[in-house]
Amino acid sequence: MDAFTTHTGRAVPLRRSNVDTDQIIPAVWLKQVSRTGFERGLFAAWREDPDFVLNNPVYEGATVLVSGPDFGTGSSREHAVWALQQYGFRAVIAARFGDIFRNNSTKMGLLPVVLPADKVEALQKAVEADPAVEVTVDLVERQVRWGGEAVGFEIDDYTRWRLMEGLDDIGLTLRHGDDITAYENGRQTWLPTTV
Amino acid sequence: MGRTLAEKVWEQHVVRRADGEPDLLYIDLHLIHEVTSPQAFDGLRFSGRNVRRPELTIATEDHNVPTVLGPITDLVSKTQVETLRKNCAEFGIRLHPMGDAGQGVVHIIGPQFGLTQPGMTVVCGDSHTSTHGAFGAIAFGIGTSEVEHVLATQTLPSYRPKTMAIEVSGELPVGVTAKDLILAIIAKIGTGGGQGYIVEYRGEAIRKLSMEGRMTVCNMSIEAGARAGMIAPDETTFEYLRGRAHAPEGAAWDEAVAYWKTLRTDDDAVFDQVVEIDASALTPFVTWGTNPGQGVPLGSAVPSPDSFADPIERAAAERALEYMGLTAGTPLVEVEVDTVFVGSCTNGRIEDLRAAADILRGRTVVTRTLIVPGSMQVKKAAEAEGLDEVFKAAGAEWRQAGCSMCLGMNPDTLKPGERSASTSNRNFEGRQGKGGRTHLVSPAVAAATAVTGKLTAPADL
Repeated sequence: MDAFTTHTGRAVPLRRSNVDTDQIIPAVWLKQVSRTGFERGLFAAWREDPDFVLNNPVYEGATVLVSGPDFGTGSSREHAVWALQQYGFRAVIAARFGDIFRNNSTKMGLLPVVLPADKVEALQKAVEADPAVEVTVDLVERQVRWGGEAVGFEIDDYTRWRLMEGLDDIGLTLRHGDDITAYENGRQTWLPTTV
Repeated sequence: MGRTLAEKVWEQHVVRRADGEPDLLYIDLHLIHEVTSPQAFDGLRFSGRNVRRPELTIATEDHNVPTVLGPITDLVSKTQVETLRKNCAEFGIRLHPMGDAGQGVVHIIGPQFGLTQPGMTVVCGDSHTSTHGAFGAIAFGIGTSEVEHVLATQTLPSYRPKTMAIEVSGELPVGVTAKDLILAIIAKIGTGGGQGYIVEYRGEAIRKLSMEGRMTVCNMSIEAGARAGMIAPDETTFEYLRGRAHAPEGAAWDEAVAYWKTLRTDDDAVFDQVVEIDASALTPFVTWGTNPGQGVPLGSAVPSPDSFADPIERAAAERALEYMGLTAGTPLVEVEVDTVFVGSCTNGRIEDLRAAADILRGRTVVTRTLIVPGSMQVKKAAEAEGLDEVFKAAGAEWRQAGCSMCLGMNPDTLKPGERSASTSNRNFEGRQGKGGRTHLVSPAVAAATAVTGKLTAPADL
């Protein structure tokens, strides 16, 4: 996983709520067995509309997505995170996220930032007024900054540390192999196996 | 203070707890399918890691499989299915491939084999894993990174979600089903209402549901934002499990049941949030929009965006009506559909097929109607009861097991602009095929709709 400490880039306002993961990456794209190439499928159906915000050249190269509430609801497909990252996004800002999407993002180093709805709106307006506005997503200070604004966000210490160090979750868990074995030795004997 | 069901099951599975860290949670059962697992197995190989407990893992082919006999003709789908086969062979994981008597939708086969039991932790790279919570298990969907984590360690680092009780009082009226209930719950609390929670469904109406009905309710927990939904196990649960292939036997059965009976929320336990709903006031439900929270009673009209006070909901409603090709104020029973789909992990079990057959017996469908059993065992059971003959006589298509038209990954799709009445779980834009328009309904409503060609309650036939 790529480490995330602080990132500064331009932002794109996505003024939609309930952006489900079927919109972020439609199911036909999930047939791939590799981890790459998903940027082409990002918002594939919506991008067919010339007026869709990602088709607006003023937002080309933006790295922060600022969405309406309930971003990433629905399907557990981590492909949604891969598609956003491979397209170039480093952070998504919204008032609420689907739980699984949010979890998947933190496993991959895409930062999901929860800001109050009025602050998301303010940021969207700022970016719409001037697409060149630079937005800083600062995980170290737990703060989003743009123009003269600075808004704090919450993230638990453990996830923040893991993201800042770019740590592999599996490697961390395997340090506790003895605990896992001890637990397994005490499991209820009737629990099923698949064999 | 007492503990909730969710807290009891969670605590039983904590491998390691440390200040400032998520709990390390043991996973009792890991279900896998072809779509969300290939990159996880690649990750294992890349890191030189093995599958820690292949005997707590089971795989099936469901999302990509065609539901007509014959091989997969889509080469990309074929590669994905073949990749699963290679991975299962290499890592020693039991697989139910296409054509196998045990094959089916991943959330249908776990319970059917008796692998899903009360008090367990169950995960799968699939958001509808919440289905298994119907047995009093903590069951939730995960992404591919977490699939790899579970394969390698049989654990997941997780923060315990908050707890929500959804108290369903009263009895469901005749003709109103578990599907109508969960659609009404989602409409009430919204697609974000359950975010951050494990939901426990409680109350008289829940107690009276069959296991199939309970699975339908828990299945759609994720559509209300909750990763997991649970129902305390009781005699209905035990009776369902007794004698199934992987259920305990003899003394082990007695020991298990004694433990399972402790899996209920203590009377003095406190939930972080409580939602109440009166089952006796419900009628058949249908969605009109493009998220599962946009639902209303079938007897009402397409709502006007102006009826939403919240500007974000109003904008979402406007956009949904445009996508769905609907006009505010139109009675839903006047909405014509092209296709009816009965199936999926939400409503692809035997009881669902019986409900559809009860409507279709002696009647004729006027729309394209796909009846897709959730598993080959469900198919076999339905055929033993003669349900296939009922469907075929009505003019419906009787298919092989698979995810089918629930999602656009296999040949069963809607064409742009086509409209369906579907027993599946998601009415998202393009979910059933690009440009397709989906109305979520119960199996009984779906069957009645197939007869008239318009969204129809069974009572109105």
